[in-house]
Amino acid sequence: MAVWIEGLVAVLVLLGAAFTLIASIGLVRMRDFYTRLHGPTKASTLGVGSIMLASLLFFSVDSGSLSVHEVLITVFLFLTAPVSAHLLAKAGMHGGEKLASGTRGKPWDQ
Amino acid sequence: MNRWLPSPRLSAVLCFLWLLLVNDFSLGQFLLGATFGLLVPIITRPFALQRPALQHPLKLVLFLLMVGRDIVLANIVVAGLILGPRRRLHPAFVEVPLDIRDGYVITILASIVSLTPGTVSADIDLQRGILLVHGLNVGDPQELIDEIKRRYEAPLKEIFGC
Repeated sequence: MAVWIEGLVAVLVLLGAAFTLIASIGLVRMRDFYTRLHGPTKASTLGVGSIMLASLLFFSVDSGSLSVHEVLITVFLFLTAPVSAHLLAKAGMHGGEKLASGTRGKPWDQ
Repeated sequence: MNRWLPSPRLSAVLCFLWLLLVNDFSLGQFLLGATFGLLVPIITRPFALQRPALQHPLKLVLFLLMVGRDIVLANIVVAGLILGPRRRLHPAFVEVPLDIRDGYVITILASIVSLTPGTVSADIDLQRGILLVHGLNVGDPQELIDEIKRRYEAPLKEIFGC
């Protein structure tokens, strides 16, 4: 395997790991339920996306044939992440989750 | 179409997805994929939304590319917000009035809103046509409403002609 491909794979894996870590930090640092939702729905999509790209690159070059599982995983993730975030937000409003001080606007009654 | 093959295109896509998933393009897997392609649309038909006809397929591709770029930017922006000082965050619930009335297109819009910069769609009121959005850091609510309408709703409206 060419050195530059190995380098690219390494960079993508590290980038993916960094974004996934930041998403987890967001879960701890944010002050209320709704702001916590933002980390996992976004930072994690790019995190997982980068790791999938690295995996696709590595296994395609390593085995000599195109590996496409990873594309599917990414597509499924992008289809499901918004739906789960939406349902979590709805559940939060239903359960009357407290808002961080300074939040403008109101959640709806469920 | 008919009773046993309600949507031939969906069936073909499902069969192809199955082959990609198992990463094995043999006859046996093709038959298995074809079986799923036939069964899944029949089982899920009662829940399926009617998709409005695509008016501009090419524009859809360009639109998806733009959304992809926005998603990458969203990740970087949100990463910065998460790591930055918490006092600087101004979360807000914002009600976005929608021009689109079609449930299928609203679903796409809501999903895109959830995937892009600092916003999660929290609820939809189909009767009044309002999308409730939670923003992680909202400067001016009106600006956010205008951006969602201009950047995502308007192109979707044009692409699906509704």
